[in-house]
Amino acid sequence: MKDKRKILTIISLILFVILLFIMNRTFDSYEIRILNLCGIYVVLGLSLNLINGFTGLFSLGHAGFMAIGAYTSAIFTMSPELKQMNYYLKPIIPIFKNIQLPFLPSLLIAGLMAGLIGFLIAAPVLRLKDDYLAIATLGFSEIIRVVFTNTQSLTNGALGLKGLPKYTNVWWSWGMAIGTVIFMVLLIKGSYGRALMAIREDEIAAEAMGIDLFRHKIISFTIGSFLAGVGGALLAHLLGTIDPLMFRFLLTFNILLIVVLGGIGSITGTVISAVVVTVLMEFLRVLDGTMDLGFIRISGIPGMRMVVFSALLMFVILFYQRGIMGTKEFTWDWILNRKKKYTQIKG
Amino acid sequence: MSLLRTNNLTKKFGGLTAVSKFAMDIKEMEIVGLIGPNGAGKTTVFNMLTGVYKPTKGSIFFDGRDITGIKSHEVTKLGIARTFQNIRLFKELSVLDNVLVANHLRLKSNILFSVLRTPNYIRQEKHMYEKSMELLKEVGLDDVKDEMASSLPYGKQRRLEIARALATDPKILLLDEPAAGMNPQESFELMEFIHDIRDKFDLTIFMIEHHMQVVMGVCEKIYVLDHGVTIAEGTPKEIQNDEKVIEAYLGVD
Ligand SMILES: Nc1ncnc2c1ncn2[C@@H]1O[C@H](COP(=O)(O)OP(=O)(O)O)[C@@H](O)[C@H]1O
Ligand SMILES: [Mg+2]
Repeated sequence: MKDKRKILTIISLILFVILLFIMNRTFDSYEIRILNLCGIYVVLGLSLNLINGFTGLFSLGHAGFMAIGAYTSAIFTMSPELKQMNYYLKPIIPIFKNIQLPFLPSLLIAGLMAGLIGFLIAAPVLRLKDDYLAIATLGFSEIIRVVFTNTQSLTNGALGLKGLPKYTNVWWSWGMAIGTVIFMVLLIKGSYGRALMAIREDEIAAEAMGIDLFRHKIISFTIGSFLAGVGGALLAHLLGTIDPLMFRFLLTFNILLIVVLGGIGSITGTVISAVVVTVLMEFLRVLDGTMDLGFIRISGIPGMRMVVFSALLMFVILFYQRGIMGTKEFTWDWILNRKKKYTQIKG
Repeated sequence: MSLLRTNNLTKKFGGLTAVSKFAMDIKEMEIVGLIGPNGAGKTTVFNMLTGVYKPTKGSIFFDGRDITGIKSHEVTKLGIARTFQNIRLFKELSVLDNVLVANHLRLKSNILFSVLRTPNYIRQEKHMYEKSMELLKEVGLDDVKDEMASSLPYGKQRRLEIARALATDPKILLLDEPAAGMNPQESFELMEFIHDIRDKFDLTIFMIEHHMQVVMGVCEKIYVLDHGVTIAEGTPKEIQNDEKVIEAYLGVD
Protein backbone atom coordinates (compact mmCIF):
# COMPACT_ATOMS: atom_id res chain seq x y z
CA MET A 1 0.00 0.00 0.00
CA LYS A 2 2.78 2.36 0.97
CA ASP A 3 4.74 1.60 -2.19
CA LYS A 4 1.63 2.18 -4.26
CA ARG A 5 1.39 5.70 -2.90
CA LYS A 6 5.05 6.35 -3.54
CA ILE A 7 4.63 5.25 -7.15
CA LEU A 8 1.53 7.42 -7.54
CA THR A 9 3.47 10.41 -6.20
CA ILE A 10 6.35 9.84 -8.59
CA ILE A 11 4.03 9.36 -11.57
CA SER A 12 2.06 12.51 -10.83
CA LEU A 13 5.30 14.44 -10.37
CA ILE A 14 6.49 13.27 -13.80
CA LEU A 15 3.12 14.19 -15.31
CA PHE A 16 3.33 17.61 -13.72
CA VAL A 17 6.82 18.19 -15.13
CA ILE A 18 5.54 17.18 -18.58
CA LEU A 19 2.65 19.60 -18.14
CA LEU A 20 5.10 22.36 -17.20
CA PHE A 21 7.10 21.53 -20.30
CA ILE A 22 4.00 21.83 -22.49
CA MET A 23 2.87 25.06 -20.84
CA ASN A 24 6.38 26.44 -21.21
CA ARG A 25 6.19 25.72 -24.94
CA THR A 26 2.66 26.92 -25.66
CA PHE A 27 2.08 29.85 -23.28
CA ASP A 28 2.77 33.40 -24.37
CA SER A 29 5.18 35.49 -22.29
CA TYR A 30 2.37 37.06 -20.23
CA GLU A 31 0.96 33.65 -19.31
CA ILE A 32 4.41 32.31 -18.52
CA ARG A 33 4.97 35.22 -16.19
CA ILE A 34 1.80 34.28 -14.28
CA LEU A 35 2.92 30.65 -14.21
CA ASN A 36 6.23 31.77 -12.71
CA LEU A 37 4.48 33.96 -10.15
CA CYS A 38 2.37 30.96 -9.12
CA GLY A 39 5.49 28.92 -8.40
CA ILE A 40 7.12 31.76 -6.47
CA TYR A 41 3.99 32.30 -4.39
CA VAL A 42 3.91 28.60 -3.55
CA VAL A 43 7.41 29.01 -2.06
CA LEU A 44 6.43 32.21 -0.25
CA GLY A 45 3.10 30.87 1.00
CA LEU A 46 4.66 27.70 2.36
CA SER A 47 7.43 29.63 4.11
CA LEU A 48 4.92 31.88 5.85
CA ASN A 49 2.70 28.92 6.66
CA LEU A 50 5.64 27.17 8.32
CA ILE A 51 6.04 30.08 10.72
CA ASN A 52 2.42 31.16 11.18
CA GLY A 53 0.42 28.03 10.43
CA PHE A 54 2.54 25.16 11.65
CA THR A 55 4.40 26.79 14.51
CA GLY A 56 1.71 29.29 15.47
CA LEU A 57 4.00 32.33 15.48
CA PHE A 58 2.13 35.37 14.25
CA SER A 59 4.86 36.90 12.10
CA LEU A 60 4.32 39.71 9.61
CA GLY A 61 7.94 40.23 8.57
CA HIS A 62 7.94 38.36 5.29
CA ALA A 63 8.42 41.31 2.96
CA GLY A 64 11.56 42.23 4.88
CA PHE A 65 13.13 38.82 4.35
CA MET A 66 12.10 38.87 0.71
CA ALA A 67 13.80 42.24 0.31
CA ILE A 68 16.99 40.87 1.83
CA GLY A 69 16.89 37.91 -0.56
CA ALA A 70 16.04 40.02 -3.60
CA TYR A 71 18.80 42.58 -3.00
CA THR A 72 21.41 39.98 -2.07
CA SER A 73 20.81 37.99 -5.20
CA ALA A 74 20.69 41.16 -7.32
CA ILE A 75 24.06 42.35 -6.01
CA PHE A 76 25.68 38.97 -6.63
CA THR A 77 24.32 38.47 -10.16
CA MET A 78 24.77 41.93 -11.70
CA SER A 79 27.78 42.33 -13.96
CA PRO A 80 30.34 45.02 -13.06
CA GLU A 81 29.11 47.14 -16.00
CA LEU A 82 25.49 46.85 -14.92
CA LYS A 83 26.49 47.85 -11.41
CA GLN A 84 28.25 50.92 -12.77
CA MET A 85 25.10 51.85 -14.70
CA ASN A 86 22.76 51.31 -11.77
CA TYR A 87 24.84 52.98 -9.09
CA TYR A 88 25.42 56.25 -10.96
CA LEU A 89 24.71 58.58 -8.06
CA LYS A 90 26.93 56.80 -5.60
CA PRO A 91 29.16 53.86 -6.53
CA ILE A 92 28.63 50.48 -4.93
CA ILE A 93 30.84 49.43 -2.00
CA PRO A 94 34.18 48.34 -3.55
CA ILE A 95 34.08 44.70 -2.37
CA PHE A 96 30.92 44.04 -4.39
CA LYS A 97 32.08 45.99 -7.41
CA ASN A 98 33.56 43.14 -9.38
CA ILE A 99 31.77 40.17 -7.92
CA GLN A 100 29.53 38.25 -10.27
CA LEU A 101 28.14 34.80 -9.56
CA PRO A 102 25.79 32.48 -11.46
CA PHE A 103 22.15 32.27 -10.41
CA LEU A 104 22.23 29.11 -8.26
CA PRO A 105 24.92 30.25 -5.82
CA SER A 106 23.36 33.73 -5.72
CA LEU A 107 19.99 32.24 -4.89
CA LEU A 108 21.57 30.18 -2.15
CA ILE A 109 23.41 33.16 -0.68
CA ALA A 110 20.16 35.15 -0.85
CA GLY A 111 18.41 32.47 1.18
CA LEU A 112 21.27 32.14 3.64
CA MET A 113 21.45 35.90 4.12
CA ALA A 114 17.70 36.13 4.86
CA GLY A 115 17.99 33.06 7.07
CA LEU A 116 20.90 34.57 8.98
CA ILE A 117 19.06 37.83 9.60
CA GLY A 118 15.98 35.81 10.57
CA PHE A 119 18.09 33.84 13.03
CA LEU A 120 19.58 37.01 14.52
CA ILE A 121 16.28 38.81 15.06
CA ALA A 122 14.56 35.61 16.22
CA ALA A 123 16.30 35.64 19.58
CA PRO A 124 14.89 38.99 20.77
CA VAL A 125 11.64 38.93 18.79
CA LEU A 126 10.47 35.41 19.61
CA ARG A 127 10.32 36.23 23.28
CA LEU A 128 7.16 38.11 22.34
CA LYS A 129 3.83 36.50 21.65
CA ASP A 130 0.82 36.98 19.41
CA ASP A 131 0.03 40.61 18.60
CA TYR A 132 3.30 41.80 20.09
CA LEU A 133 5.23 39.43 17.87
CA ALA A 134 3.20 40.60 14.87
CA ILE A 135 3.96 44.25 15.60
CA ALA A 136 7.66 43.57 16.19
CA THR A 137 8.11 41.59 12.97
CA LEU A 138 6.11 44.14 10.99
CA GLY A 139 8.37 46.81 12.45
CA PHE A 140 11.42 44.82 11.45
CA SER A 141 10.16 44.56 7.91
CA GLU A 142 9.60 48.32 7.69
CA ILE A 143 13.04 48.99 9.19
CA ILE A 144 14.63 46.84 6.50
CA ARG A 145 12.81 48.92 3.90
CA VAL A 146 13.95 52.21 5.43
CA VAL A 147 17.52 50.94 5.76
CA PHE A 148 17.53 49.80 2.12
CA THR A 149 16.21 53.20 1.04
CA ASN A 150 19.10 54.91 2.78
CA THR A 151 22.06 52.64 2.12
CA GLN A 152 22.73 54.14 -1.29
CA SER A 153 26.11 52.49 -1.84
CA LEU A 154 24.71 49.05 -1.11
CA THR A 155 21.17 49.06 -2.51
CA ASN A 156 21.17 52.19 -4.66
CA GLY A 157 18.49 53.57 -2.33
CA ALA A 158 15.10 54.66 -3.59
CA LEU A 159 16.25 54.49 -7.20
CA GLY A 160 16.18 50.72 -7.02
CA LEU A 161 18.02 48.32 -9.28
CA LYS A 162 17.10 47.89 -12.92
CA GLY A 163 17.99 45.52 -15.71
CA LEU A 164 18.61 42.53 -13.45
CA PRO A 165 19.24 39.35 -15.40
CA LYS A 166 15.90 37.60 -15.84
CA TYR A 167 17.06 34.17 -14.78
CA THR A 168 13.76 33.09 -13.29
CA ASN A 169 12.00 30.76 -15.70
CA VAL A 170 9.41 28.04 -15.24
CA TRP A 171 12.07 25.54 -14.19
CA TRP A 172 13.57 27.76 -11.52
CA SER A 173 10.29 28.91 -10.04
CA TRP A 174 8.53 25.55 -10.13
CA GLY A 175 11.72 23.65 -9.33
CA MET A 176 11.93 25.66 -6.11
CA ALA A 177 8.20 25.27 -5.53
CA ILE A 178 8.33 21.48 -5.87
CA GLY A 179 11.50 21.36 -3.78
CA THR A 180 9.82 23.42 -1.06
CA VAL A 181 6.71 21.23 -1.08
CA ILE A 182 8.83 18.08 -0.72
CA PHE A 183 10.89 19.68 2.04
CA MET A 184 7.78 20.79 3.90
CA VAL A 185 6.11 17.39 3.65
CA LEU A 186 9.24 15.65 4.98
CA LEU A 187 9.59 18.22 7.74
CA ILE A 188 5.96 18.27 8.85
CA LYS A 189 5.46 14.50 8.69
CA GLY A 190 8.55 13.98 10.83
CA SER A 191 9.36 14.38 14.47
CA TYR A 192 10.34 18.04 14.16
CA GLY A 193 7.10 18.86 12.37
CA ARG A 194 5.08 17.27 15.15
CA ALA A 195 7.08 19.26 17.69
CA LEU A 196 6.31 22.53 15.86
CA MET A 197 2.61 21.72 15.69
CA ALA A 198 2.61 20.82 19.37
CA ILE A 199 4.02 24.28 20.10
CA ARG A 200 1.23 25.79 18.03
CA GLU A 201 -1.39 23.78 19.91
CA ASP A 202 -0.23 24.41 23.47
CA GLU A 203 3.10 25.88 24.47
CA ILE A 204 2.90 24.86 28.12
CA ALA A 205 2.05 21.26 27.28
CA ALA A 206 4.71 21.17 24.56
CA GLU A 207 7.35 22.32 26.99
CA ALA A 208 6.13 19.81 29.56
CA MET A 209 6.72 17.13 26.92
CA GLY A 210 10.36 18.17 26.84
CA ILE A 211 10.27 20.34 23.72
CA ASP A 212 12.67 23.26 23.87
CA LEU A 213 10.27 25.98 22.75
CA PHE A 214 12.82 28.64 22.01
CA ARG A 215 15.09 26.39 19.98
CA HIS A 216 12.26 25.04 17.86
CA LYS A 217 10.73 28.44 17.28
CA ILE A 218 14.10 29.73 16.11
CA ILE A 219 14.51 26.74 13.77
CA SER A 220 11.09 27.37 12.24
CA PHE A 221 11.58 31.12 11.94
CA THR A 222 15.03 30.73 10.36
CA ILE A 223 13.87 28.18 7.78
CA GLY A 224 10.87 30.38 6.96
CA SER A 225 13.15 33.40 6.52
CA PHE A 226 15.51 31.40 4.32
CA LEU A 227 12.67 30.39 2.01
CA ALA A 228 11.29 33.93 1.98
CA GLY A 229 14.74 35.13 0.87
CA VAL A 230 14.80 32.56 -1.94
CA GLY A 231 11.29 33.62 -2.98
CA GLY A 232 12.31 37.27 -2.97
CA ALA A 233 15.33 36.50 -5.15
CA LEU A 234 13.21 34.53 -7.62
CA LEU A 235 10.81 37.45 -7.81
CA ALA A 236 13.64 39.92 -8.39
CA HIS A 237 14.95 37.90 -11.33
CA LEU A 238 11.46 37.48 -12.75
CA LEU A 239 10.62 41.18 -12.72
CA GLY A 240 14.12 42.42 -13.49
CA THR A 241 13.56 45.53 -11.38
CA ILE A 242 13.48 46.00 -7.64
CA ASP A 243 13.15 48.96 -5.32
CA PRO A 244 12.43 49.32 -1.61
CA LEU A 245 8.80 50.33 -2.21
CA MET A 246 8.06 46.91 -3.65
CA PHE A 247 8.56 45.36 -0.23
CA ARG A 248 5.82 47.15 1.62
CA PHE A 249 3.42 45.50 4.04
CA LEU A 250 1.04 44.89 1.15
CA LEU A 251 3.37 42.16 -0.09
CA THR A 252 3.26 40.36 3.27
CA PHE A 253 -0.50 40.84 3.27
CA ASN A 254 -0.82 39.09 -0.10
CA ILE A 255 1.11 36.09 1.17
CA LEU A 256 -0.87 36.04 4.39
CA LEU A 257 -4.00 36.02 2.25
CA ILE A 258 -2.76 32.92 0.44
CA VAL A 259 -2.02 31.16 3.74
CA VAL A 260 -5.36 32.04 5.33
CA LEU A 261 -7.38 31.17 2.24
CA GLY A 262 -5.61 27.85 1.83
CA GLY A 263 -5.88 26.87 5.45
CA ILE A 264 -3.50 27.76 8.22
CA GLY A 265 -1.38 24.67 8.70
CA SER A 266 -2.05 22.91 5.40
CA ILE A 267 0.60 22.40 2.72
CA THR A 268 -2.00 21.32 0.16
CA GLY A 269 -4.14 24.35 0.94
CA THR A 270 -1.27 26.78 0.47
CA VAL A 271 -0.29 25.27 -2.88
CA ILE A 272 -3.86 25.42 -4.20
CA SER A 273 -4.49 28.90 -2.90
CA ALA A 274 -1.14 30.27 -4.12
CA VAL A 275 -2.08 29.28 -7.65
CA VAL A 276 -5.72 30.37 -7.39
CA VAL A 277 -4.91 33.73 -5.81
CA THR A 278 -2.14 34.53 -8.28
CA VAL A 279 -4.26 33.68 -11.32
CA LEU A 280 -7.32 35.43 -9.92
CA MET A 281 -5.31 38.55 -9.17
CA GLU A 282 -4.41 38.69 -12.85
CA PHE A 283 -7.98 38.09 -14.03
CA LEU A 284 -9.24 40.78 -11.70
CA ARG A 285 -6.77 43.19 -13.24
CA VAL A 286 -9.50 44.03 -15.77
CA LEU A 287 -11.41 45.64 -12.90
CA ASP A 288 -8.68 48.24 -12.57
CA GLY A 289 -8.84 49.13 -16.25
CA THR A 290 -11.66 50.47 -18.40
CA MET A 291 -14.37 47.94 -19.12
CA ASP A 292 -16.44 48.00 -22.26
CA LEU A 293 -19.56 45.94 -21.81
CA GLY A 294 -20.94 46.93 -25.22
CA PHE A 295 -23.89 48.96 -24.06
CA ILE A 296 -22.10 50.58 -21.15
CA ARG A 297 -18.57 51.76 -20.53
CA ILE A 298 -17.21 51.60 -17.01
CA SER A 299 -14.08 53.60 -16.49
CA GLY A 300 -11.72 51.64 -14.30
CA ILE A 301 -11.01 52.45 -10.72
CA PRO A 302 -7.40 51.69 -9.78
CA GLY A 303 -7.25 49.43 -6.74
CA MET A 304 -10.66 47.93 -7.47
CA ARG A 305 -9.24 44.42 -7.67
CA MET A 306 -7.83 44.69 -4.15
CA VAL A 307 -11.28 45.69 -2.95
CA VAL A 308 -12.85 42.71 -4.65
CA PHE A 309 -10.11 40.52 -3.30
CA SER A 310 -10.45 41.70 0.24
CA ALA A 311 -14.20 41.18 0.04
CA LEU A 312 -13.51 37.65 -1.13
CA LEU A 313 -11.19 37.11 1.81
CA MET A 314 -13.82 38.37 4.22
CA PHE A 315 -16.33 36.01 2.67
CA VAL A 316 -14.00 33.05 3.14
CA ILE A 317 -13.16 34.04 6.70
CA LEU A 318 -16.84 34.38 7.54
CA PHE A 319 -18.03 31.15 5.99
CA TYR A 320 -15.01 28.87 5.91
CA GLN A 321 -13.13 30.08 8.91
CA ARG A 322 -10.43 27.51 8.43
CA GLY A 323 -9.69 28.18 4.78
CA ILE A 324 -10.11 25.76 1.90
CA MET A 325 -8.34 22.88 3.63
CA GLY A 326 -8.28 23.65 7.34
CA THR A 327 -5.28 21.73 8.62
CA LYS A 328 -6.03 18.78 6.37
CA GLU A 329 -3.71 17.46 3.68
CA PHE A 330 -4.29 15.69 0.43
CA THR A 331 -3.30 12.04 0.63
CA TRP A 332 -3.64 9.29 -1.92
CA ASP A 333 -6.09 7.60 0.45
CA TRP A 334 -8.68 10.11 -0.69
CA ILE A 335 -8.65 8.56 -4.13
CA LEU A 336 -7.67 5.00 -3.24
CA ASN A 337 -10.29 4.63 -0.52
CA ARG A 338 -13.02 6.21 -2.58
CA LYS A 339 -12.35 3.70 -5.31
CA LYS A 340 -12.37 0.90 -2.77
CA LYS A 341 -15.71 2.01 -1.39
CA TYR A 342 -17.09 2.19 -4.90
CA THR A 343 -16.00 -1.32 -5.78
CA GLN A 344 -17.39 -2.53 -2.48
CA ILE A 345 -20.77 -1.08 -3.28
CA LYS A 346 -20.68 -2.59 -6.75
CA GLY A 347 -19.48 -5.95 -5.48
CA MET B 1 16.45 5.79 47.85
CA SER B 2 15.16 9.32 47.72
CA LEU B 3 14.09 10.32 44.21
CA LEU B 4 12.40 13.70 44.58
CA ARG B 5 12.97 15.88 47.59
CA THR B 6 12.10 19.49 48.38
CA ASN B 7 13.36 21.80 51.01
CA ASN B 8 11.60 24.86 52.40
CA LEU B 9 9.80 25.25 49.04
CA THR B 10 7.89 28.54 48.96
CA LYS B 11 5.96 30.39 46.27
CA LYS B 12 4.55 33.87 46.63
CA PHE B 13 2.28 35.60 44.13
CA GLY B 14 2.53 39.22 45.15
CA GLY B 15 1.17 39.29 48.67
CA LEU B 16 -0.29 35.80 48.50
CA THR B 17 1.83 32.90 49.76
CA ALA B 18 0.47 30.03 47.67
CA VAL B 19 2.90 27.48 49.08
CA SER B 20 4.86 27.89 52.26
CA LYS B 21 7.95 25.93 53.36
CA PHE B 22 6.89 22.74 51.65
CA ALA B 23 9.20 19.84 52.48
CA MET B 24 8.73 16.37 51.08
CA ASP B 25 10.73 13.28 50.30
CA ILE B 26 9.53 10.76 47.74
CA LYS B 27 11.35 7.44 47.42
CA GLU B 28 11.70 5.35 44.29
CA MET B 29 8.63 3.28 43.35
CA GLU B 30 6.42 4.97 45.94
CA ILE B 31 2.92 6.21 45.22
CA VAL B 32 2.51 9.45 47.10
CA GLY B 33 -0.53 11.68 47.35
CA LEU B 34 -0.86 15.43 47.74
CA ILE B 35 -4.28 16.41 48.98
CA GLY B 36 -5.98 19.51 50.24
CA PRO B 37 -8.98 21.72 49.58
CA ASN B 38 -9.29 23.87 46.46
CA GLY B 39 -6.75 26.67 46.36
CA ALA B 40 -4.49 24.95 48.88
CA GLY B 41 -1.47 25.30 46.59
CA LYS B 42 -1.24 21.75 45.22
CA THR B 43 -0.96 22.67 41.56
CA THR B 44 1.53 25.38 42.48
CA VAL B 45 3.75 22.68 44.02
CA PHE B 46 3.60 20.75 40.74
CA ASN B 47 4.37 23.87 38.77
CA MET B 48 7.47 24.47 40.86
CA LEU B 49 8.59 20.85 40.60
CA THR B 50 8.28 20.94 36.80
CA GLY B 51 9.94 24.30 36.28
CA VAL B 52 6.80 26.16 35.23
CA TYR B 53 7.17 28.48 38.23
CA LYS B 54 10.44 29.48 39.83
CA PRO B 55 10.24 28.96 43.60
CA THR B 56 10.43 32.14 45.63
CA LYS B 57 12.48 30.25 48.17
CA GLY B 58 13.69 26.73 48.79
CA SER B 59 15.15 24.02 46.64
CA ILE B 60 14.25 20.86 44.72
CA PHE B 61 16.45 17.80 44.41
CA PHE B 62 15.82 15.09 41.85
CA ASP B 63 17.89 11.95 41.66
CA GLY B 64 20.57 13.58 43.78
CA ARG B 65 20.72 16.75 41.65
CA ASP B 66 19.65 20.25 42.53
CA ILE B 67 17.09 21.10 39.85
CA THR B 68 15.75 24.31 41.39
CA GLY B 69 14.92 26.89 38.74
CA ILE B 70 15.82 24.86 35.64
CA LYS B 71 13.59 25.08 32.60
CA SER B 72 10.45 23.03 32.19
CA HIS B 73 11.66 21.07 29.16
CA GLU B 74 14.92 20.21 30.89
CA VAL B 75 13.03 18.90 33.91
CA THR B 76 11.10 16.57 31.61
CA LYS B 77 14.30 15.40 29.97
CA LEU B 78 15.69 14.46 33.39
CA GLY B 79 12.69 12.21 33.97
CA ILE B 80 9.80 14.12 35.53
CA ALA B 81 6.60 13.92 33.50
CA ARG B 82 3.23 15.39 34.33
CA THR B 83 -0.41 15.70 33.41
CA PHE B 84 -2.54 18.80 33.87
CA GLN B 85 -5.54 19.50 36.05
CA ASN B 86 -7.43 20.99 33.12
CA ILE B 87 -6.38 18.61 30.34
CA ARG B 88 -3.86 20.10 27.93
CA LEU B 89 -3.76 17.85 24.91
CA PHE B 90 -2.61 18.93 21.46
CA LYS B 91 -6.20 19.22 20.34
CA GLU B 92 -5.80 19.36 16.58
CA LEU B 93 -3.30 16.52 16.45
CA SER B 94 -4.29 12.88 16.20
CA VAL B 95 -4.27 10.65 19.27
CA LEU B 96 -1.18 8.89 17.94
CA ASP B 97 0.63 12.14 17.16
CA ASN B 98 -0.02 13.35 20.69
CA VAL B 99 1.97 10.39 21.99
CA LEU B 100 4.57 10.46 19.20
CA VAL B 101 5.45 14.06 19.88
CA ALA B 102 6.29 13.18 23.48
CA ASN B 103 9.11 11.00 22.10
CA HIS B 104 10.71 13.97 20.38
CA LEU B 105 12.85 14.92 23.37
CA ARG B 106 14.78 11.65 23.07
CA LEU B 107 15.36 11.99 19.31
CA LYS B 108 19.02 11.85 18.41
CA SER B 109 18.84 13.32 14.90
CA ASN B 110 19.06 16.96 13.96
CA ILE B 111 16.49 18.56 11.71
CA LEU B 112 18.52 18.04 8.55
CA PHE B 113 18.86 14.29 9.11
CA SER B 114 15.17 14.15 9.93
CA VAL B 115 14.19 15.82 6.65
CA LEU B 116 16.66 13.66 4.72
CA ARG B 117 15.17 10.56 6.38
CA THR B 118 18.55 8.98 7.11
CA PRO B 119 18.48 5.27 8.07
CA ASN B 120 19.29 6.25 11.64
CA TYR B 121 16.32 8.64 11.73
CA ILE B 122 13.98 6.09 10.16
CA ARG B 123 15.01 3.55 12.79
CA GLN B 124 14.23 6.00 15.57
CA GLU B 125 10.92 6.98 14.00
CA LYS B 126 9.97 3.30 13.80
CA HIS B 127 10.90 2.80 17.41
CA MET B 128 8.83 5.85 18.42
CA TYR B 129 5.87 4.47 16.54
CA GLU B 130 6.07 1.05 18.13
CA LYS B 131 6.53 2.48 21.60
CA SER B 132 3.62 4.87 21.15
CA MET B 133 1.32 2.16 19.88
CA GLU B 134 2.23 0.02 22.85
CA LEU B 135 1.42 2.85 25.23
CA LEU B 136 -1.88 3.49 23.47
CA LYS B 137 -2.71 -0.18 23.84
CA GLU B 138 -1.82 0.07 27.50
CA VAL B 139 -4.39 2.82 28.05
CA GLY B 140 -6.90 1.27 25.66
CA LEU B 141 -6.78 3.92 22.96
CA ASP B 142 -5.06 2.04 20.12
CA ASP B 143 -8.34 1.73 18.25
CA VAL B 144 -8.83 5.50 18.07
CA LYS B 145 -5.24 6.39 17.19
CA ASP B 146 -6.17 8.37 14.08
CA GLU B 147 -8.89 10.46 15.68
CA MET B 148 -8.34 14.03 16.65
CA ALA B 149 -7.47 14.30 20.34
CA SER B 150 -10.24 16.84 20.95
CA SER B 151 -12.87 14.44 19.64
CA LEU B 152 -12.28 11.94 22.46
CA PRO B 153 -14.65 11.80 25.42
CA TYR B 154 -13.36 13.22 28.66
CA GLY B 155 -12.24 9.99 30.31
CA LYS B 156 -10.25 8.94 27.27
CA GLN B 157 -8.60 12.35 27.09
CA ARG B 158 -7.38 11.83 30.64
CA ARG B 159 -5.92 8.47 29.70
CA LEU B 160 -4.32 9.91 26.57
CA GLU B 161 -2.63 12.52 28.71
CA ILE B 162 -1.17 9.77 30.88
CA ALA B 163 0.05 7.83 27.82
CA ARG B 164 1.62 11.00 26.46
CA ALA B 165 3.42 11.66 29.73
CA LEU B 166 4.69 8.06 29.83
CA ALA B 167 6.14 8.44 26.34
CA THR B 168 8.75 10.87 27.68
CA ASP B 169 10.30 7.94 29.61
CA PRO B 170 9.85 9.43 33.07
CA LYS B 171 11.22 8.16 36.35
CA ILE B 172 8.43 9.90 38.19
CA LEU B 173 4.94 10.74 37.00
CA LEU B 174 3.08 13.71 38.46
CA LEU B 175 -0.68 13.47 38.07
CA ASP B 176 -2.76 16.57 38.75
CA GLU B 177 -6.25 15.47 39.78
CA PRO B 178 -6.44 12.56 37.34
CA ALA B 179 -9.83 11.52 38.68
CA ALA B 180 -11.43 14.95 38.38
CA GLY B 181 -14.89 14.69 36.85
CA MET B 182 -15.11 10.93 37.30
CA ASN B 183 -17.69 9.06 39.34
CA PRO B 184 -16.52 6.92 42.32
CA GLN B 185 -16.48 3.73 40.25
CA GLU B 186 -14.36 5.31 37.50
CA SER B 187 -12.06 6.90 40.07
CA PHE B 188 -11.52 3.55 41.70
CA GLU B 189 -10.66 1.92 38.36
CA LEU B 190 -8.28 4.74 37.58
CA MET B 191 -6.44 4.24 40.86
CA GLU B 192 -6.08 0.57 40.05
CA PHE B 193 -4.75 1.50 36.64
CA ILE B 194 -2.23 3.89 38.18
CA HIS B 195 -1.08 1.16 40.50
CA ASP B 196 -0.60 -1.15 37.52
CA ILE B 197 1.45 1.28 35.46
CA ARG B 198 3.66 1.94 38.46
CA ASP B 199 4.55 -1.74 38.55
CA LYS B 200 4.78 -2.15 34.81
CA PHE B 201 7.03 0.86 34.14
CA ASP B 202 8.94 0.88 37.46
CA LEU B 203 7.58 4.34 38.09
CA THR B 204 7.32 6.57 41.07
CA ILE B 205 4.00 8.38 41.27
CA PHE B 206 3.10 11.66 42.90
CA MET B 207 -0.53 12.53 42.55
CA ILE B 208 -2.77 15.40 43.48
CA GLU B 209 -6.28 14.64 44.54
CA HIS B 210 -8.99 16.85 45.82
CA HIS B 211 -11.10 14.10 47.38
CA MET B 212 -9.34 12.37 50.23
CA GLN B 213 -11.15 9.03 49.85
CA VAL B 214 -9.97 8.42 46.31
CA VAL B 215 -6.28 8.20 47.16
CA MET B 216 -6.59 6.42 50.49
CA GLY B 217 -6.48 2.96 48.94
CA VAL B 218 -3.60 3.51 46.56
CA CYS B 219 -1.14 5.90 48.22
CA GLU B 220 1.57 4.79 50.57
CA LYS B 221 2.19 8.26 51.86
CA ILE B 222 0.15 11.45 51.80
CA TYR B 223 0.92 15.13 52.25
CA VAL B 224 -1.90 17.48 53.16
CA LEU B 225 -1.83 21.14 52.22
CA ASP B 226 -4.14 23.84 53.45
CA HIS B 227 -3.65 27.48 52.52
CA GLY B 228 -0.15 26.63 51.36
CA VAL B 229 0.86 25.09 54.66
CA THR B 230 1.61 21.41 55.17
CA ILE B 231 -0.80 20.49 57.93
CA ALA B 232 -0.11 16.77 57.96
CA GLU B 233 1.94 14.01 56.39
CA GLY B 234 1.95 10.26 56.88
CA THR B 235 0.25 7.04 55.94
CA PRO B 236 -3.38 7.16 54.82
CA LYS B 237 -4.41 5.83 58.23
CA GLU B 238 -2.56 8.55 60.07
CA ILE B 239 -4.02 11.20 57.78
CA GLN B 240 -7.57 9.92 58.14
CA ASN B 241 -7.46 10.35 61.88
CA ASP B 242 -5.60 13.65 61.94
CA GLU B 243 -7.69 16.35 63.54
CA LYS B 244 -6.24 19.21 61.55
CA VAL B 245 -7.03 17.38 58.31
CA ILE B 246 -10.58 16.65 59.34
CA GLU B 247 -11.00 20.27 60.28
CA ALA B 248 -9.60 21.53 56.97
CA TYR B 249 -11.90 19.24 55.04
CA LEU B 250 -15.02 19.79 57.10
CA GLY B 251 -15.80 23.13 55.59
CA VAL B 252 -15.27 21.83 52.08
CA ASP B 253 -16.65 18.38 51.51
N1 LIG C 1 -0.07 32.26 38.35
C1 LIG C 1 -0.70 32.65 39.48
N2 LIG C 1 -0.79 33.96 39.78
C2 LIG C 1 -1.40 34.36 40.91
N3 LIG C 1 -1.96 33.53 41.80
C3 LIG C 1 -1.91 32.21 41.56
C4 LIG C 1 -1.26 31.69 40.39
N4 LIG C 1 -1.35 30.34 40.41
C5 LIG C 1 -2.01 30.02 41.53
N5 LIG C 1 -2.34 31.13 42.23
C6 LIG C 1 -3.04 31.16 43.52
O1 LIG C 1 -2.36 30.31 44.40
C7 LIG C 1 -3.29 29.60 45.20
C8 LIG C 1 -3.08 28.13 45.05
O2 LIG C 1 -3.52 27.72 43.78
P1 LIG C 1 -3.37 26.24 43.24
O3 LIG C 1 -1.98 25.79 43.47
O4 LIG C 1 -3.87 26.20 41.87
O5 LIG C 1 -4.37 25.45 44.22
P2 LIG C 1 -4.90 23.97 44.13
O6 LIG C 1 -4.24 23.28 42.99
O7 LIG C 1 -4.52 23.37 45.46
O8 LIG C 1 -6.37 24.03 43.99
C9 LIG C 1 -4.68 30.07 44.79
O9 LIG C 1 -5.10 31.07 45.70
C10 LIG C 1 -4.46 30.63 43.43
O10 LIG C 1 -5.38 31.66 43.14
MG1 LIG D 1 -5.06 22.47 41.35
